[in-house]
Amino acid sequence: MLTTPTYELTKSEKSFVSIHLLFAFVALAIGTLFGPLQAFEFSGVDFYPLLEPVIQSYYQGLTLHGVLNALIFTTFFITGFLTLTTIYGLKRPLKYPLLNQIGFWTMVVGLVMAAVPILLNQASVLYTFYPPLKANVFFYFGLTLVVVGSWIEGYGFIFTWREWRKENPGVRTPLMTFGGLITMVMWQLATLGVAVEILTMLIPWALGWIDGVDPQLARTYFWFTGHPLVYFWLLPAYVSWYAMLPKQAGGKLFSDSLARIAFWLFLLLSVPLGFHHQFVDPGVPAGWKYIHAVLTYSVFFPSMITAFTVIASLERAGRARGGKGWLGWIPKLPWNDPSVSAQLLAGILFFFGGIGGITNASYNINLVIHNTAWVSGHFHLTVASAVALSFMGISYWLVPYLRGKRLWSRKWAVIQTWLWFVGMLIFSNAMHVLGLLGAPRRTPLGEAPYIPEEWSGHLLRTSIGGAILMVSAYMFIYNIARTWWSKKLNAGPGELVEIPAAESVHPAQQTPAKLDWWTPWLIGTVALILVAYGPQLIEQIGNIDLSSPGVMP
Amino acid sequence: MSEETPEVSAETSLHIDPYERNWMRLTVVLLVVFATAVTIAGFALGFQVPSPEERVDPRTVAIGDGPFADPGLREYPDGSYDLYIVSQMFSFSPNEVTVRAGSEVTFYVTSIDVQHGFKLQNTNVNMQIVPGQVSKLTVTFDEPGTYDYICTEYCGSAHAQMYGTLTVEK
Repeated sequence: MLTTPTYELTKSEKSFVSIHLLFAFVALAIGTLFGPLQAFEFSGVDFYPLLEPVIQSYYQGLTLHGVLNALIFTTFFITGFLTLTTIYGLKRPLKYPLLNQIGFWTMVVGLVMAAVPILLNQASVLYTFYPPLKANVFFYFGLTLVVVGSWIEGYGFIFTWREWRKENPGVRTPLMTFGGLITMVMWQLATLGVAVEILTMLIPWALGWIDGVDPQLARTYFWFTGHPLVYFWLLPAYVSWYAMLPKQAGGKLFSDSLARIAFWLFLLLSVPLGFHHQFVDPGVPAGWKYIHAVLTYSVFFPSMITAFTVIASLERAGRARGGKGWLGWIPKLPWNDPSVSAQLLAGILFFFGGIGGITNASYNINLVIHNTAWVSGHFHLTVASAVALSFMGISYWLVPYLRGKRLWSRKWAVIQTWLWFVGMLIFSNAMHVLGLLGAPRRTPLGEAPYIPEEWSGHLLRTSIGGAILMVSAYMFIYNIARTWWSKKLNAGPGELVEIPAAESVHPAQQTPAKLDWWTPWLIGTVALILVAYGPQLIEQIGNIDLSSPGVMP
Repeated sequence: MSEETPEVSAETSLHIDPYERNWMRLTVVLLVVFATAVTIAGFALGFQVPSPEERVDPRTVAIGDGPFADPGLREYPDGSYDLYIVSQMFSFSPNEVTVRAGSEVTFYVTSIDVQHGFKLQNTNVNMQIVPGQVSKLTVTFDEPGTYDYICTEYCGSAHAQMYGTLTVEK
């Protein structure tokens, strides 16, 4: 049944994955620079004047931070990592390598096209680009190409899987590949919202073909994509948590079936709940907001399955390593492996992120925190911790694997993961508290006139947390760069890194075949999206009013 | 994707550990409790989110005869108020308002340029201000004091300066 436990990627496959990561890490290195600058500004230390004329405003820096870290770092890392999980999981090369090359270079062209107007301060509209704040049209073209490129790479994975399916009828799709496919199919459906927004409204408007936009409809389109966007970031981390981390911890996946059920539920439920980002919008009926709030609660269910299954897998691993008692298995986990410590700490931070997420989703309770610093704090526990710290952890084995190297410093890497954890606890806690006190998000609080004196301690804590995070981020970048380019770290015969593919306690082939069957889930997903979004889309598009001419900030 | 039904092997079974089954039950109970709580708060106790009020033309809403052409307070005989506010880069108009303690104030806020936010500190009034739409929420002021209303959505270079103050007198 499932044999061939090892498969070596070809040299060209490795370099194709590597170049994805290279773009991801460069985006991270540049985008991260502006995070601490915002945090320092909060306590009155404003470095932005020193950056003129390269960076002309706080918001230009904030746009770079959001676009490069949240959109570019993630998308390039994810498409690269999922290329590997497709090839390695299926034990076969891509069906159409050229198609994936085209997808990748489309993303690169899009990145350059979007980056130039941002650097020229002609797209300081933040990564949500809410119209009628207007950007240079190339910003919209660029983002479109990044998304289209990621679609094409996803098609490449799907074609490869179909070919594998023909060669392997009745065999369960390997979990790491399965999770990657779910991610890309969900992404394809989810990005239709922002695609329609940009192609039918923003580009014609930025080109002057139409005089104005409908900002409310644009928000509805945007958040159709905006929430599943976070699952596009998160699911590849889940691929690692389910299909790799148990092996790295010295154990097996607790339940292959439930892992698949969780992925299916994420496909089903990621999209039809975007109105929970629009609870305070004037143009969406309260009833629909309420329906989406309930649907948002339902997507908490597969997250809770994930929490149980991943922790149970880790507990088995810890006990196999000699851990005793209720919690004695925890210290027995291989905390000295930076890839493991990164992902364990990411999981702990995500626990707090999940609780905050339930708060955000809770309809009227959302009124307390909407558009406040709480939201940015939450976002940093989710995408900047559960996702980014997991991706750093994955990089700690993936880069040595791809480059045939030893990691430059494992010790430095373990310290880096802990610094991220501590820095993020301080930063995100301060941001959550500030949000509860009423501090707006995405605002240079150091210069805002309405800040009470009592907030200064929390503002200072964001700066301290930000400084620790900055040190941690550049320790990561440095470690990866040294590993990447060093000639002295070539791994010897016994030192080559293997891809950590976890087995499950019950072999995957015992998982019900129904859990490997796409058609009913896809029909259900499309049907649920039509029910949850159809009536409001018909109503809002039917009443479209392109009366907002807008301005370039 | 795959059109044909995969063969179902006799050896397969959906194995769910009893602990995990209980965990899933607990999750469902927890979510039902949360949903019930927000439902009661929203629909029985009146903690409500904004809902569509009115469509306007952002280019003309602040000129002519409408209430936004002359923004500010409208007092009613029963002591309640309507408060019309126009948002624009980078101010609220009016930016100073005074009402009596114990009064009920209904906010109507719109924008004539880009999106803004309207958050009245230390209350549940929190609204996205979208050009072409009117955002509406009602609040009763029991405690005298001053309440800032701040712009919570990025609207351009001086976004951080954009706020107003509502005073509640005895």
